[in-house]
Amino acid sequence: MERIIFYILAFIMIFFAIKAVSSRKMLRSVIYLLFVLIGISGIYFMVDYSFLAAVQLAVYAGGVIVLIIFSVMLVHHIELKLDATSLKQRIIAATLSVVGILLTLYAIFTYQFSPAENSIIIEVEDIGRGLLSVDDGGYILPFEVISVILVAVMIGAIVIAKGKKLEQ
Amino acid sequence: MIQGISIYEILTITTTLFFIGVYGFLTRKNLITMLLSIELILNASAVNFVVINTYLFPENLQGVFFSIFIIAIAAAETALAVAIIINLYKLVTSVEVEDTETMKY
Repeated sequence: MERIIFYILAFIMIFFAIKAVSSRKMLRSVIYLLFVLIGISGIYFMVDYSFLAAVQLAVYAGGVIVLIIFSVMLVHHIELKLDATSLKQRIIAATLSVVGILLTLYAIFTYQFSPAENSIIIEVEDIGRGLLSVDDGGYILPFEVISVILVAVMIGAIVIAKGKKLEQ
Repeated sequence: MIQGISIYEILTITTTLFFIGVYGFLTRKNLITMLLSIELILNASAVNFVVINTYLFPENLQGVFFSIFIIAIAAAETALAVAIIINLYKLVTSVEVEDTETMKY
């Protein structure tokens, strides 16, 4: 059963990822990317990290995609098609990507992974304790740095998007 | 871990997603669609962190933390990039890569 669901998810993700990078209508490729992100959150659900899946759904499907759709609507006419890339450039990019895939898969399949036998269900409170602990292996410092980054990005986005008016 | 699915299959899928993102980044000429490709690349690597954590070291949580940080940084990057793109559109009325050839000074 889980095999079938996983293969369906994998097919959806690969198919819509290809559509997202090749569709010539911009808004459609954003929606295809949304399907890929939802598929990834499905993978998180299947490996029992429900917190991460919820974060993925909330931040990506709820935040990032809406932001990108807004920017598409602000700068682009929906009926307009994007210029097609030249065939030469597409062939070069596809060759590079396929070579990269083959190299990485060769490296993965020749390495002997030793999967752990037991599987532990991670509680959300473990993640919270780990993020806020100041002991060895605690992640309080990067957590704080992330919060500073988010504040800086908020201010920076306002200043940049507001443009020249702020200087006068 | 997922019953009946080995780590190789999931790594194959994330590798494919990563290089589809690379392909999109190389072929697209529009800033917003390039941003979409970057989102694909970041997501594929975040899944890799989680999968390696849950298959090889299930008693640790490092992969989850790094995925959370990747998601936070990707969201911050998107917000800033969208602000820059909108400001650029006000200046040159285009978001194509070829038209953005001058810097401020």
